[in-house]
Amino acid sequence: MKAIWIYEKKLQYPVRVSKCDPKLAKMLIEQYGGADGELSAALRYLNQRYSIPDKVIGLLTDIGTEEFAHLEMIATMVYKLTKDATPEQLRAAGLADHYVNHGHALFYHDAAGNPWTATYIQAKGDPIADLYEDIAAEEKARATYQWIIDNTDDPDIVDSLRFLREREVVHSLRFREAVEILKEYNSTKKMF
Amino acid sequence: MSTVEKTPSQWRVYRSYHSPFDPCSPRTRYFNVPPNVLQPFQTSARKQFAPHEALRKGTLWPEYYSPYPPETRGGEAE
Ligand SMILES: [Fe+2]
Repeated sequence: MKAIWIYEKKLQYPVRVSKCDPKLAKMLIEQYGGADGELSAALRYLNQRYSIPDKVIGLLTDIGTEEFAHLEMIATMVYKLTKDATPEQLRAAGLADHYVNHGHALFYHDAAGNPWTATYIQAKGDPIADLYEDIAAEEKARATYQWIIDNTDDPDIVDSLRFLREREVVHSLRFREAVEILKEYNSTKKMF
Repeated sequence: MSTVEKTPSQWRVYRSYHSPFDPCSPRTRYFNVPPNVLQPFQTSARKQFAPHEALRKGTLWPEYYSPYPPETRGGEAE
């Protein structure tokens, strides 16, 4: 398998942050290093594709790559919301424990501070099991975006989050279609 | 923005049992059934958003557009 990534130094969708609200950064980090976040998604799909039937490899490459683009959008939001925050402001936002360990750096953990772990993801080597995990992951990511949107009134952030949520809807759709494609493998087999 | 044809609601309503002794006032709850669940396989020859609008919305297909914030619940919101 040959995979080529082309890095464009711009975000998939513009990220604007209009309100100084470091508390929101603490919630957004769920989609950075949380169980159903973008890092989990990217690593899950890009790893599963080695053992999935040919017709679905391209889909996992596409979506896995796009998840990294989403990861960068979340990183940009978190960075913008925290880069100018003083230690006092971070403390008020519940980010003191993050600050003592990471300063103003980002790190892969969830909103509650649990570090990212590979146990969040799976590669079962069974195409149906893997695709159903992927569908579930997309629905969970969609729900996470809903709960984050519910917790902010910054219209610019909401705009970007709505875009990201819609992409989860589209990803889930495409994984559901991949299941249909795998069903077809059986019926084409009968031709031989 | 172009107008989207009225599609079936993506929202479902549910209520849970509320005892007179419950501490908070009852709340009608909603959950989303996104279009990928309602129609899990794309068909051909469908309506499309204009390219720029599609880029903003995150999908080319009006039938797979799922607006989220509560005010978009199509009159069903609390
Ligand atoms: Fe996704």
